[in-house]
Amino acid sequence: MNADPRGVLSGTHFLDGDHACCEGALAAGARFSAGYPITPSTEIVERFSSRIPTVGGTFIQMEDELAASIAIQGAVWGGAKAFTVTSGPGFSLMMEHIGYAVMTETPCVFIDVQRGGPSTGLPTLPAQSDMMQARWGSHGDYSLIALSPNSPQECFDLTITAFNLSERYRTPVMLMMDEVVGHMTEKVVIPEADKIEVEPRRHTKKSPAEFLPYEPAEDGVPEMVHAGEGFRFHVTGLTHDERGYPSMTPQTQDKLVRRLRSKIDGANRQIGLYEAEGLDDAEVVVVSYGITSRVAQRAIELARVRGIRVGKLRLITVWPFPEQLIRTLAKRVTAFVVPELNLGQVVLEIERSAGSHAHTISVPHAGGNVHRPEQILDAILEAAK
Amino acid sequence: MSVTTIAPPANPVERFLRTDRMPHIWCPGCGIGTTVNCFTRALIDAKIDLDHLAIVSGIGCSGRVAGYVRLDSFHTTHGRAIPFATGLKLANPKLQVVVYSGDGDLAAIGGNHLIHAARRNVDLKVICVNNLIYAMTGGQTAPTTPGQVVTSTNPYGTFDTSFNLPHLVEAAGAVYVARWTTYHVRQLSRAIAEIFQKPGFSFIEIISPCPTLYQRRNKMGDGLDTMKYYKEKSKVKNGAPTSEVGLDKQGEIIVGKFVDRARPDYRELMVNQMHESLGSRFIDPVAAECEEGEPQGCEEGLCS
Repeated sequence: MNADPRGVLSGTHFLDGDHACCEGALAAGARFSAGYPITPSTEIVERFSSRIPTVGGTFIQMEDELAASIAIQGAVWGGAKAFTVTSGPGFSLMMEHIGYAVMTETPCVFIDVQRGGPSTGLPTLPAQSDMMQARWGSHGDYSLIALSPNSPQECFDLTITAFNLSERYRTPVMLMMDEVVGHMTEKVVIPEADKIEVEPRRHTKKSPAEFLPYEPAEDGVPEMVHAGEGFRFHVTGLTHDERGYPSMTPQTQDKLVRRLRSKIDGANRQIGLYEAEGLDDAEVVVVSYGITSRVAQRAIELARVRGIRVGKLRLITVWPFPEQLIRTLAKRVTAFVVPELNLGQVVLEIERSAGSHAHTISVPHAGGNVHRPEQILDAILEAAK
Repeated sequence: MSVTTIAPPANPVERFLRTDRMPHIWCPGCGIGTTVNCFTRALIDAKIDLDHLAIVSGIGCSGRVAGYVRLDSFHTTHGRAIPFATGLKLANPKLQVVVYSGDGDLAAIGGNHLIHAARRNVDLKVICVNNLIYAMTGGQTAPTTPGQVVTSTNPYGTFDTSFNLPHLVEAAGAVYVARWTTYHVRQLSRAIAEIFQKPGFSFIEIISPCPTLYQRRNKMGDGLDTMKYYKEKSKVKNGAPTSEVGLDKQGEIIVGKFVDRARPDYRELMVNQMHESLGSRFIDPVAAECEEGEPQGCEEGLCS
């Protein structure tokens, strides 16, 4: 279906990533947000709190991130599309409810504008050091989706994608921004509402008598209902059967947890978004995501001037990880160069997927600013030796 | 020989229960089942539209209530029933939203949410079953456990000061505060029926036995002995200053309706403020829903 025009600020704008992200949420149909202030993410909900009363929806500032991350899920079961926004320390507090959203299959979006950590770390400066936390931060076994934009335009576009994927797969989706992308200002084009595709909720057409809240459809995703519609359904974070009733047996656990993982992992091909350039004859491939991809672009250009056949692979979907893509590339390239604003996180997945077929060279950075292109160039030169 | 079978008369609360989930997990002598009975009777008496009622629980023995009632019911995370309920209520103001949970869940791990929801005066009906202990995890000290009580984490007796919950939530801004025990079934049913008519943040504390982990460990007898204690030591004092209703191990239990006051709830305040600041530019989210052809809240005049 098309976007509700009330939320779409069509036109050409000069926006930073945080503000563009808010416009993406509004265009995607988000009509509820709960938040707790934290640098460098707060501008997203500040704009939402200013915009939403004239669009028709609610913003509530909660007492902490625990509250914000569960209030949005109450709103989803009340019928809204909802999201919350945070950064490092707040993201840590939200882990409990990322698990709840996974277990109860509550579609919602978490936006993490990454800053340096651990702990309070670098509140105003960038990092990409929450990437593994986004994947594994809540306890238990699960899969989810994480996207990484590298420009304000993508903050707009991928926020819509995040909402659409969350509805399609009934899963929490992480939008992994960083301080630089959040605060850089660029041109952002917002299309007309009828040019924006929005995924509707997978609401059941069954009657209350026929409906089982956790009976999966063919793709492993169950249909949904909202409170107040006469279904008298039950939702729990406990291991549950298709009725939604707690069932603490190894059999129920096995069936449920495997389905929660496979509905995401099995759709890797549909979920996986990436940008590729010059891969066909590449001897070295630079794999990057988010703001680092823009520095990597410069390093790739410098290397090509020196005659090195360098390919570019920019991950837009980081989780689920495009394992098959890396495995295929590994068979025909010499090495992967992986710059990240952390001391080596996503590179571990590349190493694992490449196996013994290609070298993997990490270009770590502890955060606080971005790489210098020369750091990445040096790694490319070393890889091409 | 013909056999005449006589169907037992249906229990009036049965239709409120997920009987396919019985037997429940609660111990003999536990008070939680009694509170559920009172709750369902209140739903009958207050003629609540069950299709527009949702119940939200946290974690713990009392947190299991959401799983046993045949309503739209949410068993959330530990301590977070109130913020979940806040989101649910604000996204769908037509719902009556009940938070049904225990003292550890609502006052310890969820204590911050409890006071902030009371401060905001979110329209939630909070029913707090207070058994003075963490029961599901094996009888550890709760912030409500009185002094001189033996628990599994205070084997030599508790010594830190406990919360007086009615005093706490009144100070935080609740518009309705009452306390009853599981002995006071009629008063409790009436109180629950009453808060359905009361917009804003209502809080009912129900003192309830945990014979397995509280009474037994403290040599206070079984469930029946606790009922006798509640009968003998409870004193009804409607309007009592909440500062004077603190509990101790074996003393008097002041019960009654302590607070019943009116102030605008969160949504009313929000709508009024937006109208004042934005005038006709403000779009009430409920009205916005109606335009989309989902007539939610229309009959209550929420769209006007």
